[in-house]
Amino acid sequence: MTVTEAVTTQAGRASRSARLPTPRRKPRALVNGYRWWIPWLFLTPTIVAVAVFLIVPLFAGLFIAFTDWNVVSGIEGIRWVGAANFQELIGDPKFWSSLGRTLFYAGVGTPLTVAVGVALGIALNRPMPARGLLRAIFFLPSLVNTVAAGTVWLLLLHPTSGLVNDTLRAIGLSEPPKWFVSQEWALPAIVLMSVWIGAGYVAVLVIAALQDMPEELYEAATLDGAGALRKFTTVTLPGLVPMLTFLLITSFIGRSQSFGLIQFMTSGGPGESTTVLSYYMYEVGFHSYRFGYAAAIGVMSMLGVLVMSVALFRLQRGRGLYT
Amino acid sequence: MSTEIIEAPLVSPRAGYLRRKRRERVVWWLTGLIMAMIAMLFLTPFLWMVSSSLKNNVDIFEIPLRWIPDPMVWSNYISVWFGERSMVRYFSNSTIVVIATIIGQLVVVTLAGYAFGQLKFKGQHVLFLAFLATSMVPGQLLLVPRFMFFRQIGLYDTLWALILPGLASVFSTFLLRQHFASAPRELGEAARIDGASEWRIFFHIYLPLARPMLAALAILIFDATWNDYESALIMITDESKFTIPLGLTRFMSEDGTVSLGPALAGSVSSLIPVLIVFLIFQRQFMHSMSRAGLR
Repeated sequence: MTVTEAVTTQAGRASRSARLPTPRRKPRALVNGYRWWIPWLFLTPTIVAVAVFLIVPLFAGLFIAFTDWNVVSGIEGIRWVGAANFQELIGDPKFWSSLGRTLFYAGVGTPLTVAVGVALGIALNRPMPARGLLRAIFFLPSLVNTVAAGTVWLLLLHPTSGLVNDTLRAIGLSEPPKWFVSQEWALPAIVLMSVWIGAGYVAVLVIAALQDMPEELYEAATLDGAGALRKFTTVTLPGLVPMLTFLLITSFIGRSQSFGLIQFMTSGGPGESTTVLSYYMYEVGFHSYRFGYAAAIGVMSMLGVLVMSVALFRLQRGRGLYT
Repeated sequence: MSTEIIEAPLVSPRAGYLRRKRRERVVWWLTGLIMAMIAMLFLTPFLWMVSSSLKNNVDIFEIPLRWIPDPMVWSNYISVWFGERSMVRYFSNSTIVVIATIIGQLVVVTLAGYAFGQLKFKGQHVLFLAFLATSMVPGQLLLVPRFMFFRQIGLYDTLWALILPGLASVFSTFLLRQHFASAPRELGEAARIDGASEWRIFFHIYLPLARPMLAALAILIFDATWNDYESALIMITDESKFTIPLGLTRFMSEDGTVSLGPALAGSVSSLIPVLIVFLIFQRQFMHSMSRAGLR
């Protein structure tokens, strides 16, 4: 192959014949032209950071879930309680109802955002005037921080004097939803808001994927006499499937884990109507300081995420055009 | 079928071409018009935010809504920037966290990306897969242990608690690995024969090749870190260490009374740096975003 490798292997052979009882391995040093530990040196910062900020907290979290521990007692006050936290969870109605809300928030919000994003992406991939500007406008909401977005939408969706309800009344809806003041509409309002935030990002990904798609497939479909709709279902959609699966999984996880928006906008209310699992855990951990119980919720949520991801991957397998 | 064949020669090919061209033109304008209308839905919150931030509190909910404020009030911005609780503090905290995270993360992930992409070692593949798998660990479970960890080592309520967890990144490492893996191996091999040290090969040969990638990553890190609310919420309680998102909450919830004008002026201010970066680097931004998703 290369000069260096040739030299080292020759050297290896020479030393093998010199030292007798058939050493079966080549000398490890300098196989690729450098010492074996050189790559590990480059990896050290990452390994240390991942260990300290990810692996250790992960196992610590798993451990804490089986303890009773609050912030007052400090490290010394930690007490092993076995599966007591999990037993309590199973009997905790707030756990089950917030799990249900998470499934709604992530399970409806994610596909909705992705669907809107795909529609926008496909539309924005067609020729039109000021296309770059339009793409940028749809992308803007994903650049806004949680608090700024939350502030604006709290005011826009103000039940009596917000712009949205003013508009709804103007077009003849006498009883528009009370959004964040009502139990039924608070969570849907957050879902809609998350569509506004996330759809443009999905659209950008879709546009990139569409531009990567081989032109020949469309030409072949045209030759076979496929119409626009058929081209969409047989070429465009299957081509997007791998990317969309990945996107669905990551944004499902992201959504089921995030609590910032809800913490700022509704603090889980009114009542418990926006207490999703991630917010419930935040509340238990950082308002009531019941770390053991909070960690137990975290473990359950991780199991849920794992099951969900595996299921989605399974579903997708074999459906993509080029996976 | 048969009628088409008979009629076809009657229409001159040129006329057909022109008609098609005109139809294309109409569709072109129509698509743009429809998309512009939908875009207005996405843009309205921004326009409303800017417009209302220039109004007195009482005028914000005035019906019918006045898009151009009259009178135009700058006092919200003045109080947000030069008032009692100036945002300058939050801005400088956020700037420190963002710059430290960008530099720190780029150093850490570039080294690892190089090792994974360009060097060879035993167990490389398995280690990389394990590393990728760590991105599936949900952040929620890590909150409590990280909180306790930073309390124990005394970094709770300092900006370090926001910077340090951002040093390693599976996502950035992955992108750089792909980048280094596509760089030609011959460059390094030739340099090795000439007796260059491994560090020199990395620093003087491969690192310069990754410069565009690093720039794109820096933009993404900037965006994510600047907007990070949740970590700050958990780790920071001292107001002098607030980052921007956390600082913005002060306007909304101070003793129950909401000062809308300053809250909106603060929100608009918080967007400006991100918008400027986005406008300047739009192309790289979109490009790196899409690469990120497609990986």
